[in-house]
Amino acid sequence: MQIRILCLAALASLALVACEAPGSRDSKKADAEPAAEAFPSTYKAYPSETLFITNATVLDGAGGLIENGSVLIEGGKITAVGTDLKAPEGAATLNASGKWVTPGIIDNHSHLGAYPSPGVDSQADGNEISAPVTAEVWVEHSVWPQDPGFTRALAGGITSLQILPGSANLFGGRGVTLKNVPSRTVQGMKFPDAPYTLKMACGENPKRVYGYGKGSPGGAPYSRMGNVAGYRDAWIKATDYKKQRDKARNGGGEPPKRDLELETLAGVLDGDILVHMHCYRADEMAQIMDISKEFGYKVTAFHHAVESYKIADKLAEYGACSSMWADWYGFKMEAYDGIPENIPLVHNAGACAIVHSDSEVGIQRLNQEAAKAWADGKRIGIDIPIEEAWQWLSLNPARSLGIDDKTGSLEPGKMADVVVWSANPFSTYAKAEKVYIDGALMFDRDVPASRPVMDFELGQPGEGDRK
Amino acid sequence: MIRRLLLSLAALAASHTAAAEPVAIYGDTVWTGTSQGTITNGVVVINNGRIVSVGPAGAGVPAGATEVRAKWVTPGLISAFSRTGLAEVSGVDDANDTGAPKSEFSAALNAADGFNPDDTAIAVSRVGGFTRLAVAPSARTKLFGGQGFLADTTGEEDSAFRPRAFAYIVLGETGASLSGGSRPAAWATLRGAFDDVRMFGARYMSHNEGNVLTRMDAQALMPAVKGEQLIVFQASRASDLNAIMDFKEQNPSLKIAIVGADEGWRVADRLAALDIPVIVDAFSNLPATFSQLAATSENAKRLSEAGVTVAIVNLDNDSHLARLATQIAGNAVANGMSFDAAMESLTTAPAEIFGMTGLGVLAPGARADVVAWDGDPLEVASAPSAVFIDGETQSMVTRQTKLRDRYRTLDESQKPFAYRH
Repeated sequence: MQIRILCLAALASLALVACEAPGSRDSKKADAEPAAEAFPSTYKAYPSETLFITNATVLDGAGGLIENGSVLIEGGKITAVGTDLKAPEGAATLNASGKWVTPGIIDNHSHLGAYPSPGVDSQADGNEISAPVTAEVWVEHSVWPQDPGFTRALAGGITSLQILPGSANLFGGRGVTLKNVPSRTVQGMKFPDAPYTLKMACGENPKRVYGYGKGSPGGAPYSRMGNVAGYRDAWIKATDYKKQRDKARNGGGEPPKRDLELETLAGVLDGDILVHMHCYRADEMAQIMDISKEFGYKVTAFHHAVESYKIADKLAEYGACSSMWADWYGFKMEAYDGIPENIPLVHNAGACAIVHSDSEVGIQRLNQEAAKAWADGKRIGIDIPIEEAWQWLSLNPARSLGIDDKTGSLEPGKMADVVVWSANPFSTYAKAEKVYIDGALMFDRDVPASRPVMDFELGQPGEGDRK
Repeated sequence: MIRRLLLSLAALAASHTAAAEPVAIYGDTVWTGTSQGTITNGVVVINNGRIVSVGPAGAGVPAGATEVRAKWVTPGLISAFSRTGLAEVSGVDDANDTGAPKSEFSAALNAADGFNPDDTAIAVSRVGGFTRLAVAPSARTKLFGGQGFLADTTGEEDSAFRPRAFAYIVLGETGASLSGGSRPAAWATLRGAFDDVRMFGARYMSHNEGNVLTRMDAQALMPAVKGEQLIVFQASRASDLNAIMDFKEQNPSLKIAIVGADEGWRVADRLAALDIPVIVDAFSNLPATFSQLAATSENAKRLSEAGVTVAIVNLDNDSHLARLATQIAGNAVANGMSFDAAMESLTTAPAEIFGMTGLGVLAPGARADVVAWDGDPLEVASAPSAVFIDGETQSMVTRQTKLRDRYRTLDESQKPFAYRH
């Protein structure tokens, strides 16, 4: 069952590989495979009303800007977007005159919950640094759903986000895509049917953590060439594992013993698990793209990617997204060549650009980060319409997470993940006033009762930035 | 006849306006930072490194003045707290002089000794509209980080214009950790150090016998202890801020400012009464540590409304992105701070805190640090189109703009990119 769901998700989103019919598995029970889906999502949309948002400037997230537009939400879904709409009988109407309406922002690079606030050692669970290859860990097992950062992100219009393991390891483990809805459990936040992802990392971090960081002599990898050997070695093992598993599925011998690390890597080779790779330098990204060709998988997105502007043509040709900051640079050697025009230059080359945060602070205003990049592009003659630039915030990250068939734009049939802004969200002064997730109002700036407060902050002097 | 200066980056980069030649900087909006307030359709005339006049367009513009036009004109911005010029690459130890984890000295560490006017982050700050920086060391071995300094962003040899402008002392959680593990240890250390300084003669004349400080550290801390030099304390929790204010009341001659102050709004009235300015990062709204449980996006607003002098800075990547304080100040406005107070937090407030006379304002006689903007300076989509420091037109070229221009188009069929420069 799980295999089928994952295949559908992959087909619907990125069509990375053709999925085999699962029927052949039934002939011989494969011991190598789990009996049931592990840690299934228990998220259910909260109650919502039929809501007609009207007189707004609508950025539909798919490239359109509609003046005096309306958005109709029914049963938690977008059912209509346009100018000539009428409120159905009984619908609540929100007159959004002077306001802007957009799809919810999706951050595909967050460590909320895994590196929560307060940032104390007892709760720093984002890096399993015990070995350079820890593809067996799943970050969802580290996510503390009470992280106050989720509520601040919600106030910034974040409706979905990917939590990733850190970048200490060559293979850091599985990421998880969440709905930004407070829950007692991480399962209660898991985005239903979102494909799994795998975090990998290039460059300085793995070689520092396992090599010279451990003193002399350190372990492997000690160098960038050690990094590459580490990736290839793991993919060779995964290829063998997959071969044996596939043979068993087709009745040709014993299945391999279950192995969490190789299950994840084989999932990548199957095209079911999407690779998100921390990589700053252009030359390293080029090498990673070659490794993926050698082993027959695809890198869905390079993260941080501060040098994507140097190889935007190659990234466009390969088809990887770049998940970028607007202007962070200079804090380490591999971030030295960062420039504020990175995002518009990548977009301009026809490659997929995403604005990400990697920060519990930055995630609160990704719209402003996009605005900076948009304006910096404009100053050098790359004049991208704002409605096109909004794709950096919703549709492109949704695509990178394999959920763009469900959310990421205001189109009929999609989840009603919607933000009502006080003004043009590319202005510093704009604020997210109302945030809807699956049509349910999860944040209302003007109504204190409609602003979540996590357990940790309850009874504290600030109580969730509400006092 | 008025000569027109094309406001293209190239023209500005190429021309180096002579100081002894008047320049008229016109703005649709001119924010002065003085009782002149905000002038619609205004002009600022500069000459010989000074501001000559500020008024409505047309007023007081001498014949032959070079003309610059912009949407907004403001005083040169001042970063009240940064590490710019001390770290070319923060994560590379050899290229980072912000702190000294293995030094036996602390208060005596003079950050200006590590300042590199060629540091490429200085130009990045300059093209972001910042003309002056207060630069602080990092405290790595004791709660005394050392001596901070003031610099302009010209990148010229003499640009660190006031060394030893302030003593930097870290309290709160970090101070506790640097003092052996608790706040009581931090305060014992601080009081012991002050005693060392006050009894310098008795303790150090023949031996190096301070309770806390080496002879050199005690000597360096002396002006601060005497109230002749500003002390910038770092602290966040309300109880820490109250402890600093208790200390100030016990030592009324001390000149104090506080950086961090995430819970400052809870003690704002007392800060105002004691006239203690604060330097805040208005993005801080999370309980990131147990010292910031009451952090709120409204901290700057509430402090300002209580009458506290507030400077706004970027405490994240403070070596390279001091310039993001404009975005942070804009967000403070979105969270209720008045626009004027937010602008003051980048101009007059830091000038006042560090005693930078004639800076942070557009006023006749003031030093001609002026920035021309293509929009509201607190809007994320805005940027400076021209920057003047002491009347000199500044280059808008940075290492970042050179990288950008090199890779603006990606055709290398004729020659490798390395030949584009």
